[in-house]
Amino acid sequence: MTLEAFLLLAAALFAVGLYGALSQQSIVMLMMGLELMINGLIVAGGAFWYFLAPGTADGQVLVLVAVTVMALEMAMGFAVVTAIFRAREVDMTDDAGDLSG
Amino acid sequence: MAVAFWILAAVSVAAGIAVFVVDSMARATFALLASLLAVGLAFLLIDLQYLGVLIILMMVMEMLIMAVFMIMYMMNPAGLMPMKMVHNNRVAALVAGAVFALLAVGIFLTPWPRRRGEPPADPTHALGLSIMGPKMLVMMVIGVAILATMISTVVLATHRGRYDRYGDDLTRRPPDDPGPGHAHSPQPPVEHHHACGAPNPGEERT
Amino acid sequence: MSEQTPVWSVIALPAVLAALALAAAVLDAVLGGFRASSPLGEVARLLVQQRRRTLLPDTLLLRIGVVSLVVAPVLAGIVIPLGDIAVADLAVGIVWFNAMEVCVWGSLWLTGWSVNSVYPLVGAYRFVAQGLAYELPHMFALITVGLGAGSLRMSDAVRAQQELWFVVWMPLAFLVYLISALAMAFWGPMGAPLGGDIAGGSRAELSGPDRLLFQSGRYVLLVVAAAAAVPLFLGGGAGPLLPSWLWALIKTAAVLGLLVWVRHRVPVVRMDRFTQCSWLVLIPVSLLQLLVVGVVVL
Repeated sequence: MTLEAFLLLAAALFAVGLYGALSQQSIVMLMMGLELMINGLIVAGGAFWYFLAPGTADGQVLVLVAVTVMALEMAMGFAVVTAIFRAREVDMTDDAGDLSG
Repeated sequence: MAVAFWILAAVSVAAGIAVFVVDSMARATFALLASLLAVGLAFLLIDLQYLGVLIILMMVMEMLIMAVFMIMYMMNPAGLMPMKMVHNNRVAALVAGAVFALLAVGIFLTPWPRRRGEPPADPTHALGLSIMGPKMLVMMVIGVAILATMISTVVLATHRGRYDRYGDDLTRRPPDDPGPGHAHSPQPPVEHHHACGAPNPGEERT
Repeated sequence: MSEQTPVWSVIALPAVLAALALAAAVLDAVLGGFRASSPLGEVARLLVQQRRRTLLPDTLLLRIGVVSLVVAPVLAGIVIPLGDIAVADLAVGIVWFNAMEVCVWGSLWLTGWSVNSVYPLVGAYRFVAQGLAYELPHMFALITVGLGAGSLRMSDAVRAQQELWFVVWMPLAFLVYLISALAMAFWGPMGAPLGGDIAGGSRAELSGPDRLLFQSGRYVLLVVAAAAAVPLFLGGGAGPLLPSWLWALIKTAAVLGLLVWVRHRVPVVRMDRFTQCSWLVLIPVSLLQLLVVGVVVL
């Protein structure tokens, strides 16, 4: 168990999540990708705390923020999907292309 | 410890990949949950008991909520036939692979600083003192962000407000609700054909 | 509180939980007008019953759901001290208990979803709705205890009650806890996820060993919920004359008996009513209790 091992796990989770966020058409699946990316950030935050600066709680605070962001991201995401779906029965990013402005 | 970590790491990444491989949305959701739980358990290995258990607690709830929405919005959530809903698959895989390679190189080339200090006897205590002391601003921002999210999600997702329920002057009793409890409602309940409760064309808003 | 956990406690925990669960089932049968031996007969019947299969079930998810319904409450039980000894007296025991008990959401949803049938899925959704409604007041009740004890460790909570049991000066939190205990075990008035109006809800399509695991998991859940009330609110093993483990057992049995009895006295609460009541009454009440305790502690 080293810092490198944890960061490697974080990078792997981040990359898998990035693939999902870039490739998935369905907004629900896309958000799963985002969750995985934030999951990677959480791992990195915890690892930095434990292996670099366990004396202060900064790393823990970072993880706490990331977990909160995850929950908020999901809540907002689903609210937006619901709003879009109500307006025009769309749940795929490609169909909401006019939002790209 | 090291063995436990590598097993959890492998489970976490494998489950993460499975999210985008399996056909059934239920399996995808719970694969994501497995990935998150493995991370939570890995946190228990590095003395972060509170955060690890917190991750388990929150992620189970989050994924269950996700399951609700997934059935609402996905066609064919059960995966009774193979589904593939991707765009830019090749580019996305390339980008993800490149990012991983870059990060991995960076991880091994960076001269990480030496460890400063030792983990406190009770990291949870340290975290609590921190967010109630020097990091109070973080706590306050989180609080305001949660409140803002709660309000905005309700605004975005609400489809019938209190004026729909209680009438224009808020005096109608009992409220006019669809579903159970509308026995005294003056008008017949609105039929909801769509799983997400989309309004009928007749009452669609602009 | 002993720092070292004896090995036998690992074996004793499931045994005690199983015995209490069986006792709860027997009491439930007696109160319901059946013979006291009928739970044993039911166990034997389900063990030999052949599995009924639905069309295109997701067998993997079904197994995960049913097995985790038994495993999660047992894992929740490891932090509950029986007298002085808990299997693992974690520093974040109260949060651990909460996390394991939330895992049941997943179990029930998986069970309802994977059999590929309508009513079980309706039952599963009812439980998710119920979970969202009961979880916040439940958490606030647990936080109130943590605040009063100044620690998230179960044994610290017990120690903090040596002078005065928490139930005396946080009665509202205890009441909220009892309601949420019913809800988390989808028991009695909170039994809508298994409601008769949806043909038995989440367990409608289960048969044979699956159904046996589901039923026993539900009883174990009820037992764990009742057992956790003892160190959290009822002073743990404190009591005159008898040894502390016996007191803990007696108190657990009393709470468990109350929960089982409620099932035969109170009708099932409709989901939307419970949700409304939870958000408009239970959450403010538990926050008020939290405020009072916070002021006292300060």
